[in-house]
Amino acid sequence: MSRHIVATVDEIAPGSSKLVTVKGREIAVFNVKGEFFALFNRCPHEGAPLCKGQVVSLVESDEPGTYRMSRQGELLRCPWHGWEFDIRTGQSYCDPANTWVRKFAVAVEPGERLAKGPYVAETFPVSVEQDYLVIEM
Amino acid sequence: MRLPLAGGIDCDVHIAPPSMRALLPHLDAYWREQMVNRGLDRVDFTLASARPRLPIAARPDSRGNGGELDTLRARLLDPLQLRTAICHALHGAIALHTEDMAAALCRAVNDWVAAEWLDREPRLRGSILLPLQNVELAVAEIERRAADQRFVQVLALAMVDQPLGRRHYWPVWAAAERHGLPLAIHAGSLFRHAPSATGWPSFHVEDHVLQAQAFDAQLASLIAEGAFQKFAALKVVLLESGLTWLPTFIWRMNKIWRGLRAEVPWVKQPPGDIIRDRVRVTLQPVDAPDDPQVLARTLDHIGAERMLLFSSDWPHWHDDRPDPIPDGVPDALARRMLLDNPAETYPRLSLPAARATEAAR
Repeated sequence: MSRHIVATVDEIAPGSSKLVTVKGREIAVFNVKGEFFALFNRCPHEGAPLCKGQVVSLVESDEPGTYRMSRQGELLRCPWHGWEFDIRTGQSYCDPANTWVRKFAVAVEPGERLAKGPYVAETFPVSVEQDYLVIEM
Repeated sequence: MRLPLAGGIDCDVHIAPPSMRALLPHLDAYWREQMVNRGLDRVDFTLASARPRLPIAARPDSRGNGGELDTLRARLLDPLQLRTAICHALHGAIALHTEDMAAALCRAVNDWVAAEWLDREPRLRGSILLPLQNVELAVAEIERRAADQRFVQVLALAMVDQPLGRRHYWPVWAAAERHGLPLAIHAGSLFRHAPSATGWPSFHVEDHVLQAQAFDAQLASLIAEGAFQKFAALKVVLLESGLTWLPTFIWRMNKIWRGLRAEVPWVKQPPGDIIRDRVRVTLQPVDAPDDPQVLARTLDHIGAERMLLFSSDWPHWHDDRPDPIPDGVPDALARRMLLDNPAETYPRLSLPAARATEAAR
């Protein structure tokens, strides 16, 4: 397990995502209302790049013809077949027990601490004025 | 003909629709006079998709020289040792464009079934023929006939004016649910639309084969529109639908629901789970290959243990008599489809055998 600096916090606005590569693996990093989540960029169904999926709300219903929206921006729809995943957990909405996207821990770290180490910034230039996203993998 | 046990329930028995002359005594004074005045007393209102005189519609040994009821007793009820047979008469009233006449004729057909069949043969149960041309009239017919507990389901054709799941029909399904009457959907068309989704076929053979598409469409509609959520106690019975199309339909519906679920958020379970819980399918005509292993595998895919209802499809050609239960149906399933599944599907069939089974659980 090692930690990898993948982006500045400012780079990924709320509701958007960034595709990064860590140890040769593509990871999609999402900003959900100021919280960051990192998911393997590969749908467990047929491998679609999840970073290209729409970020949507949870839609529920109490009875036919009624629509209730919640958790705006917390679900991700696979771009190929529309399967919904919870960005916070990686779990499939329709089949949470059996289908999920691999999730990685993301931390926000101040540049000051990163510059001191022990973390290696790899190819990423670190400035003490900024906050950074660090993925553990 | 033989079955593995006595006292079974046959869930699809056809009785030939009555002639208009037979219906006249069951019409009110206005319609009795009008039928004669309009020369309609010599018209039999036969559905194009259910014509009793077609050679394919009945085996010669199913139509005796005596009354049809005697033939039914001698050739079906007695030899199969049936406790109950659920019958229906597919009368052309349901296809009329004139709503009041349709409702009057449906009333007459239902009363004729009660008088000429149910009163004369205690093993028979009936289906309420509905004038779905008009939702209020259809509800009124349920309310009028439902007190007679011998009517155990309401009846619609697979191809009607619009998909049966639509909210347009919901007052009818609400009435059916309220009275413990499953919705039975029988193969056949009112020919409001072409029986194929791509236009009019040329031949009867096409019409027969295309029925499965219509059942597909009705199940998709009932699920997507949320009828099963709205009417939590409503059961749907598919009559003469065949069953080998079901596994692929369930696979497709489950898969596509996963991607398009947000369109129909009231569908909270995989559609296949809803189907297994709420839809029942009749055995004959079995549309599987002769290989019993193929049939057994198909039944397993469907989850037929609770879904399958025994039916002879009397008096049609395409049934499998003298062995109405084909090879490949395990004994336990045969028992379920003859006794337990009908008892669980039809609240109005209060059967000693069913009660005994429940008590044993």
